[in-house]
Amino acid sequence: MQRILDTRPQIFHQAVTATEPVLQIRDLRVWYGNSAALRGVTLDIPERRITAVIGPSGCGKSTLIRSLNRMNDLIPGARVEGQVLFRGQDIYAPGVDPVEVRVRIGMVFQKPNPFPKSVYENVAFGLRLHRKLSRRELDERVERALRLAALWDEVKDDLHRKSGLELSGGQQQRLCIARALAVEPEVLLMDEPCSALDPISTARIEDLMEDLKQTYTIVIVTHNMQQAARVSDFTAFLLDGELVEFGPTEEVFTRPRDARTEDYITGRFG
Amino acid sequence: MSVRAAGLEGRRQLERRERAARVFLAVCQAATLLGLVFLGILLVDVTRDGAPYLRPELLTHFPSRFPSQAGYASALVGTLYVAGIMSLVAFPLGVLAAVYLEEYARPSPLTRVLEVNIANLASVPSVLYGLLGLGVFVELFRMGKSVLAGALTLALLVLPLAILASREAIRAVPFSVREAAYALGATRWQVVRHHVLPYAAPGIFTGIILSLSRAVGETAPLIMMGALQYVPFLPRSVWDYFTVLPIQIFNYVSLPNPEFHRVAAAGILLLLVVLLFLNGTAIWLRNRATIRW
Repeated sequence: MQRILDTRPQIFHQAVTATEPVLQIRDLRVWYGNSAALRGVTLDIPERRITAVIGPSGCGKSTLIRSLNRMNDLIPGARVEGQVLFRGQDIYAPGVDPVEVRVRIGMVFQKPNPFPKSVYENVAFGLRLHRKLSRRELDERVERALRLAALWDEVKDDLHRKSGLELSGGQQQRLCIARALAVEPEVLLMDEPCSALDPISTARIEDLMEDLKQTYTIVIVTHNMQQAARVSDFTAFLLDGELVEFGPTEEVFTRPRDARTEDYITGRFG
Repeated sequence: MSVRAAGLEGRRQLERRERAARVFLAVCQAATLLGLVFLGILLVDVTRDGAPYLRPELLTHFPSRFPSQAGYASALVGTLYVAGIMSLVAFPLGVLAAVYLEEYARPSPLTRVLEVNIANLASVPSVLYGLLGLGVFVELFRMGKSVLAGALTLALLVLPLAILASREAIRAVPFSVREAAYALGATRWQVVRHHVLPYAAPGIFTGIILSLSRAVGETAPLIMMGALQYVPFLPRSVWDYFTVLPIQIFNYVSLPNPEFHRVAAAGILLLLVVLLFLNGTAIWLRNRATIRW
């Protein structure tokens, strides 16, 4: 445990305070066909904080995060019960358009999935979907998003010529982050964003998250406990589709209230 | 001692395994060669027969009682005309149906029935499509034995192939790319319009061209439908009578005068050139434009 804390001790010296919840998850249950993936999760996601969701494979981490912007709607046979309140409004209420939910709650996936288009087009795609922008405005917002994702300097000379698929894995993932940020969502969901990346790329993305949390609320799923300890302010521990423990990351990692949490973070299973 | 023995045994084992590999390779090569040999024999034979008739008149003359005057003008134009109209009908329908089945239809008993039926239709003997064309287009809709009736008959034949090929190409677009677009707030239509169709396009076109070349080579359904064998004029509208290359070839082959068999051979070469051009385009497209994910 001490080894984990030593990697970035400064985080734990910051006073981590809960802010207004942006997302309030209420008794959320999800099934894929007949198998239950989430069995009643209740959780508040605080604004402008990084919340990590940890747990062993198959515990429902990805299901949980994908429920927060209705990505599970795309999976045939997925069924959702319970509520996800986004600024007080249930995103699963009848009449809510999932397209609008996804504009305000963006997502970055486990495997970098750039479009087979130029770097510029990758970022501009989301911008063009929603309203007509002038060429100059578009250029500015593409640049801003790429700068925010710390990718601008590496791609600025080849914006239109280089395909997103020609970038390295780490660059691709930062491109996907830039693409998500370009539409200016309020929440950024990250589903194991570093699991396909090398340690240097991972460090860059973790630094990036630190910067982004000034403006954005971030939820990150990770199977890497060091990463959860390094970057997150709050940690939720899921097991078999149930929330075992949720609290400030420092407390969850140093003084877990539940024995199962302690077993998991000390590597006794998972 | 025992170590050496084990080593020797191992080497013998290894030799046996490598021999098996060589035998398998030889069998595969023989299988490939067999097909190529027959193709080669056919090509040489046809070329020898048809070579004297490979001249400009082959393209400009109409069918004639005299072999030296006979050509494929009306058949070639008929083939292009019928294939063109068939493409306009069958391929948009095929692509749209494929998009519906892949991107919109939720799994249900009805879509299952649809899918099984399309797969079955793709393997129905083409003669049956000819009968269908005769019954529906020629008789019921009173189109007569026209270009339009022929094109629609072939469109029926090609439609299931076009749907299957397009679905294949659409399915090759990774789900993760669709997810990326949806997560940015794209609607289903925007995902299809900006991502699925453009990325699937090379595969769709490849499949379409291959089914087009299948249609261009078809004889049975058009004969069944009643397409004429002797057409000494170029079709001017979709309501005109027509003939196509394979029918014209079939016609010449069935004449008693052996000189006509040479004209037929030249026609086969002509048809082969058309098909090679189509298939070559398909291969070129597949190699050039396909996205490597």
